[in-house]
Amino acid sequence: MGVALTKSAQWTAAGYGPTALEVTPLNEAILKEIIEFIENFLYNHPQEAEYVFAEPLEWKTNLEPSAFGSGYIVSETAVESKEVDNNGQPLLSLSVPHVQIRSFGQLSQFLFIAKDSKLKEAQLCVEANRNPVEKILGLDYNTIKEESSALRILEKLTKGDDPENEIKRKVAHLLYQLDLHLLNNSLKHISLEIRLNPVTVKNDIELLKRFSGKGEQTVLEFIEYTSDYEFSNGCRAPPWRQIHGEICYVLVKPHDADTLCLTCSSEGVFLNGGKTDDEGEINYERKSEVYKDLVTLLKDKSAKFSENMSRQELKFNEEHHKEVNQLSKTAKEEEAIPSNRSTSGSHRSTLEKNQINLVKSHMAKRLAPSLNWKATVDSKDRKSSFKEPQEEKHGRHEKTGTSFSHGRAQLIRKSVEKIEDIISDSSSESEEDEESPDHRQEANADLPSEYWQIQKLVKYLKGGNQTATVIALCSMKDFNLAQETCQLAIRDVGGLEVLINLLDTDEVKCKIGSLKILKEISHNSQIRRSIVDLGGLPIMVNILDSPHKSLKCLAAETIANVAKFRRARRVVRQYGGITKLVALLDCGQNSSEPAQLSLYETRDVEVARCGALALWSCSKSHTNKEAIRKAGGIPLLARLLKTSHENMLIPVVGTLQECASEENYRAAIKAERIIENLVKNLNSENEQLQEHCAMAIYQCAEDEETRDLVRLHGGLKPLASLLNNTDNKERLAAVTGAIWKCSISKENVTKFREYKAIETLVGLLTDQPEEVLINVVGALGECCQEYENRVIVRKCGGIQPLVNLLVGINQALLVNVTKAVGACAVEPESMAGAGLWRGGVPGHIGEVVRLGKSGWPS
Amino acid sequence: MDQRVLNKLVESVSNTVKSFKKCEIECLIRLFQNLVKTDGRIDKTGIDRNTFQEILHNIFGMTDDMLMNRVFCAFDKDNDNHINVKEWVKGLSVFLRGTFEEKLKFCFEVYYLNGDGYISQEEIFNMLKNSLYQQSSEEESDEAIQELVDLTLKKMDYDNDGKISFADFEKAVKEERLLLEVFGQCLPEAKVQFNIPNSWAEKCKGAQEVAQ
Repeated sequence: MGVALTKSAQWTAAGYGPTALEVTPLNEAILKEIIEFIENFLYNHPQEAEYVFAEPLEWKTNLEPSAFGSGYIVSETAVESKEVDNNGQPLLSLSVPHVQIRSFGQLSQFLFIAKDSKLKEAQLCVEANRNPVEKILGLDYNTIKEESSALRILEKLTKGDDPENEIKRKVAHLLYQLDLHLLNNSLKHISLEIRLNPVTVKNDIELLKRFSGKGEQTVLEFIEYTSDYEFSNGCRAPPWRQIHGEICYVLVKPHDADTLCLTCSSEGVFLNGGKTDDEGEINYERKSEVYKDLVTLLKDKSAKFSENMSRQELKFNEEHHKEVNQLSKTAKEEEAIPSNRSTSGSHRSTLEKNQINLVKSHMAKRLAPSLNWKATVDSKDRKSSFKEPQEEKHGRHEKTGTSFSHGRAQLIRKSVEKIEDIISDSSSESEEDEESPDHRQEANADLPSEYWQIQKLVKYLKGGNQTATVIALCSMKDFNLAQETCQLAIRDVGGLEVLINLLDTDEVKCKIGSLKILKEISHNSQIRRSIVDLGGLPIMVNILDSPHKSLKCLAAETIANVAKFRRARRVVRQYGGITKLVALLDCGQNSSEPAQLSLYETRDVEVARCGALALWSCSKSHTNKEAIRKAGGIPLLARLLKTSHENMLIPVVGTLQECASEENYRAAIKAERIIENLVKNLNSENEQLQEHCAMAIYQCAEDEETRDLVRLHGGLKPLASLLNNTDNKERLAAVTGAIWKCSISKENVTKFREYKAIETLVGLLTDQPEEVLINVVGALGECCQEYENRVIVRKCGGIQPLVNLLVGINQALLVNVTKAVGACAVEPESMAGAGLWRGGVPGHIGEVVRLGKSGWPS
Repeated sequence: MDQRVLNKLVESVSNTVKSFKKCEIECLIRLFQNLVKTDGRIDKTGIDRNTFQEILHNIFGMTDDMLMNRVFCAFDKDNDNHINVKEWVKGLSVFLRGTFEEKLKFCFEVYYLNGDGYISQEEIFNMLKNSLYQQSSEEESDEAIQELVDLTLKKMDYDNDGKISFADFEKAVKEERLLLEVFGQCLPEAKVQFNIPNSWAEKCKGAQEVAQ
């Protein structure tokens, strides 16, 4: 029963209070089976019924003591069974509302007493005892991690011979049988269940949309998605909800009822908790029963709908069939995705974990280019598209507005632009888009002393002339601005407003002082958001035009910090910041620089560096990448790449690396002869620079000519030698990625073999993070296209670790592993020699085939 | 003044002031002569205090009377209450082309003027007296200013002797250049620095054309 309960039963999503069993037909069926089993236990297995549990099953019952009759000692608030164990302890004891039961006999009687409420009691019992087998048989028999757990229990039990163990074994066996029975039953149940898929849901919604609008004849006033963004698998739900099978959310306004917020999931359609007003988030909790489809639910909720629908039914069905036929082909393909989750519970939970890992993993997000990463890319986007409404309520309203009144062209354009923006953000975002909780200080809480000191300084900023302001700014700079207390103190006492206002004055010194502070505190994500909210970015963008170079630098550096999230990047673009930042890059070329720098000035190179820094931050949005290109940024970046200042090269290569995800850029990078310099900088001492260069090569080397260029400029050797340093995992991932893509060309593989890179790669097959493994295996897969290299891989003992990787669950990795193993399997001795045909391979191949069927993102 | 005398003067000034080109020096001298001309006669002693303060205000954007007075004293090396032609060119070279060190020295000179080589708390208080707006009472205002003085001392008085020596000043300003004019403006506004050389360049050209 343990396995069935943990894996088949549908628990409500964690995170909404104590976990509870959802009221679904499947769960109900499971509970009924359990009840039947226990009720008959007393009759079928009288001997085992007396077996005393290792630990009592305990839960809060709704049963009153008065319900108990003979065989029990009943008082007003407590009940004890007359039946006792060897130590004289009662086998059932109830003290309202807690009940403890320690034998199947008592369980059976208890259910008998519970009569009509036994389903409820069984549910409460199961909810409170998430691992009943452990409690019944004792902790040592609870190694329930694998499917074979029950078998293992049996094995353990057969070792002892005394009569008590005999009974225990029988109980264990019975439980095991029950478990199997439950699993079989739920399997039948699942197969009976209707499964919706994104295509059918989409068709339904599209059709209903056509029959919606004003007027009496329509079936609905409106129906619309809550999210405009559709993922490649057809779902609109954010990824962390998709793993629960949810497809999308729709807002529906029937003529005769309030707006309904519905969840369409693969199990059916139901009402959710609706949108929370303040945040625009959806409360995902199920609030109604599950209907088989949208139309059924709406018919139930709205009489008007039902009435008008029956009139339209004919027409509707007709269209429906047509659509379905048209799309049936695609539907079949896409069905593969939802079916993925119905395989087994364990698979689902591991997938879930995996997905979370992907979302969390900073690395994964940055390594975007190959198709294998698409899953990650999507999940990020999905997430962003959900966060957007939260960020910009006005934007949201406009968006929703457009869907009902199509006349307002301007709004539509606006909303389109927004949507484009939402989608446009590239995978490579390394931002913290999650709003960190607001730590606004309580008014009367114990405030740190910095708080008061900063408050005083802000007073001088507000009420002082330039001299006093500069003194206050300089004093403020002496605080530890990297510390969150100080950052938030500045915001909380209204310092941000003043600092931003100062930027709008004519006083150069005040602007410099203010920017110096803003630059530091904008490392904090809350401050960044506040700066954008207070309209700081347009002013900073204007300062980029200032004749004072140090001002330009500070403004660019601050923008680099602030533009770490989408909305900020958009503002920078909308106020013409990209063009101005690109213009800063041009500064570095002015050779006629005065030897003597004037008072508040700084060098041109520094201006260009700061510009590159800001562009690097901005280049994380697709639209901005395009804007940088249009502003003529690529030749300038290419020119700056020829310098040898590390602190200049890092932002420049960083920007190029971000942008290389765009086809246009890759072409330009080739045209501007950038590869040569990237290769040159692979030899730099700076690890970050090496990483970005390798990353850029990784992204560009999908192109054959580029791969050749890397070889011609001697880039393969440094790449191969960088493999030997495995401490910096981010760099290792970039380097292995570059090697993978480069090894698509045979000439490059030959070189790699020369540099002994294949041996090194084999060495990296173990103990590396997935980001690295994917690339390593990808590279080996390319290398193994040639016989010679297969021999090397085999000789270095690479086959076994490769095969071991087949059990992973990272799809990108599996794709590469199967390719590599497939390449090796050309020679039977590769496999047979390692004795693997007898060992793991067939089983693994089964795994691969299963995954293959479920289909990964195309 | 005829061209020969002027050339001679330019020659001698350019020996001490290196940061200006000769034609620029010539411009400055002509400017000086215009300034000291009263009723067509050239005042040999130089620019007096009032005229100079007007220049500081109109051209260099200074507003604080007390500081302008101190700037005048800093220009007037020989303490004769007039700025002669050499003092004029020399002072302006610091103003407009001064290196960081020159400006550092100049500002310190402006601020410590009582002659003991230190900027005392009283002097700071006096200089900052008018730096706050909208204080309700004089008492409150004094308190706020005293706090401001404490802030500057905390920031700049490295040896904790309650006054700012040149070493203190130099160290503090080198760490944070914004502190150069910490007690009030005594150098041209930053924007002026950008405008003046341009207008001069034109005049310079004009002068050269005239000379030819």
